[in-house]
Amino acid sequence: MALFEMVRMVGGKAVRIPGLFGRAPAAEHDSAIAAAALRSDRFRQAREADWKRLERIVARLEAGSLRSLSDDDLLALPVLYRTVASSLSVARETSLDAATLAYLEALVQRAWFQVYGPRQGLGTWLGRFFGGGWSAAVRGLGLDLALALAVMIAGTLVGWLLVAGDPTWYGALFPMDGADPRVPGATRAVLHGTLFGQSGESGLGIFAAYLFSHNAQIAILAFALGFAFGVPSLLLLVQNTATLGAMLWLFHGQGLTLELVGWLSVHGTTELFAILLAGAAGLHIGRAVAFPGARPVLEAAATAGRRAATVMVGVVLMLMVAGMLEGFARQLIEDTGSRLVLGWSVFALWCAYFFAFRRTPGKLS
Amino acid sequence: MKVPGIRKRERPAGGAIDLVRADLARRRRTVVTPEGVPLDFLLAPVGSRFGALFIDFVLIGLVMVVTTGVLVYLGIGVFGLGTAGTRSDPIGHALQFLAVLWIAAMFLLRNAWFAWFELGPRGATPGKRSQRIRVAARDGGRLTAEMVIARNLLRDVELFLPASFLLAARDGGGDLGPAGIAAAGWFLIFALFPLFNRDSLRAGDLIAGTWVVEAPRTKLAPAMSRTVAGPSATYRFGEAELSAYGEYELQVLERVLREGRAESLVAVYQRICAKIGWEAGAGDERAFLEAYYTQLRARLESGMRLGRRKADKHAGHGHG
Repeated sequence: MALFEMVRMVGGKAVRIPGLFGRAPAAEHDSAIAAAALRSDRFRQAREADWKRLERIVARLEAGSLRSLSDDDLLALPVLYRTVASSLSVARETSLDAATLAYLEALVQRAWFQVYGPRQGLGTWLGRFFGGGWSAAVRGLGLDLALALAVMIAGTLVGWLLVAGDPTWYGALFPMDGADPRVPGATRAVLHGTLFGQSGESGLGIFAAYLFSHNAQIAILAFALGFAFGVPSLLLLVQNTATLGAMLWLFHGQGLTLELVGWLSVHGTTELFAILLAGAAGLHIGRAVAFPGARPVLEAAATAGRRAATVMVGVVLMLMVAGMLEGFARQLIEDTGSRLVLGWSVFALWCAYFFAFRRTPGKLS
Repeated sequence: MKVPGIRKRERPAGGAIDLVRADLARRRRTVVTPEGVPLDFLLAPVGSRFGALFIDFVLIGLVMVVTTGVLVYLGIGVFGLGTAGTRSDPIGHALQFLAVLWIAAMFLLRNAWFAWFELGPRGATPGKRSQRIRVAARDGGRLTAEMVIARNLLRDVELFLPASFLLAARDGGGDLGPAGIAAAGWFLIFALFPLFNRDSLRAGDLIAGTWVVEAPRTKLAPAMSRTVAGPSATYRFGEAELSAYGEYELQVLERVLREGRAESLVAVYQRICAKIGWEAGAGDERAFLEAYYTQLRARLESGMRLGRRKADKHAGHGHG
């Protein structure tokens, strides 16, 4: 043995130093080396074709090119996924080839995302959303709706009372805008002019789009702030409705209450409803974080968060409608009676949709 | 954090755990799939997430600038068609339409960019894709549209509000006043939230039930024993020589062989020779290492089949 190795040393190769370790059983060696492809590598070779096929299918799915997949491939996906997943379990127990294990881990992970991923088009989701998912989510807010409504009414009252007690509050509630004629002490004619006679105006489309974008951003803020135990959401509701109260007081002073209500109703029933929902959604999350009940706090937050997010998609849509009503309808309809009818019938529609429309669309997702 | 179906992997036992291994163990989360296969996910490092966010912002900014530019260009073109006449003529309407388009585009870019991309099959925005990370459901179930929407609606308080506060502070000459400082601190809580929890959750992740994980795309490397079948016959190692190392060293050796850098091959070669008591020569390192790798792996794998594992060189002999 030693002599044989001495001979090999000529080529500059490594050599066993004799005597350090005992003689190895030579027969066992030879059989191990004869099977040069390790057992785990033979396992891999037998299954490699399946792995590669799954990788190809997954890559196509990830690229979003569902149509370029043949029916065969699509049908094979779940089967291949299970095959490769079991390859991974076996390889973990029998193979020490780190590169192959890493490949299988990544592949099973990618396939898992495709097999259990959100494989549902936007169309399907919208269908379920409008077909009952949205109204179910709104009803799911439950108590938070009532709380938000109470806060909004309180906010309006506070706004009214503050300004009634001391008209300088008006300036604090409304950001100072020199051009706005709606200030305490304005004459009836001036105030009346702000409510009517704008149908000749153009630029209504821009106005509507601006209103939507602005209001939607506020609604998203109200929702997002709910994370901080819901308190900022409430403050935002109060602040927004306090200005409403102050405005009511101002117009009430000149006997224009009904006209103002009509002017506001066109879009306000939709817009304030949307803000109510956004605030309630924020509060819903805040309450779940603060009082998770028997569930772990993270789970409670996640459940509330997903329900509230569904509501919020609807809020943005409602604000789009409100922006359109405010930008176009309000300026084009000049008669208080028609304004009231329009605004409150839209409101009735929303209520009917949310609370009377109780279809279950299956699980929304 | 305790979520059903998820358990944290124990740290690999044994000797010197270097920083990389410790970091991987800290970020590893195991989800059991419905087939009963435990799948390992690595949470995305905060650095990658920040990088992804930065790239997304740059892209959003670019798209905003380009959109604005195109619309202004169109606007000038339309405006040039006629005199600046009354505001309700067709030209005025066309300009209005462009303005509405612009407002809608800005709103969508600000609020829908992230959700739109994360709802796609890759579950990642372009920025995330470039960092090889993606969004996944924390409970191991499917990632739903509500989750993606919820996690992105909170970006407003996490990013835009702190940012606008910082801008206000800059414009105000750095003087915020006590209320401003309190508010800034309040918003910093949201902005820095991911740094202070074990799963690097944003506030949005928390309420959506999601997290951000690494999404590697690994190519299948060639099988080692197929490439080494020939030369491995020249070296034979005995039981004692093969028992010097464990699985960890085997993986290091595999990496060195796959990378194939000459200097590391020589270094590893010399250390192995010294360890197992061979006299190192020169010029045939690769063949030696491939032979040692194959035989060590054969030995360790046959041990595995019998339920004996040897994590690294410090672990017991694994037999007897």
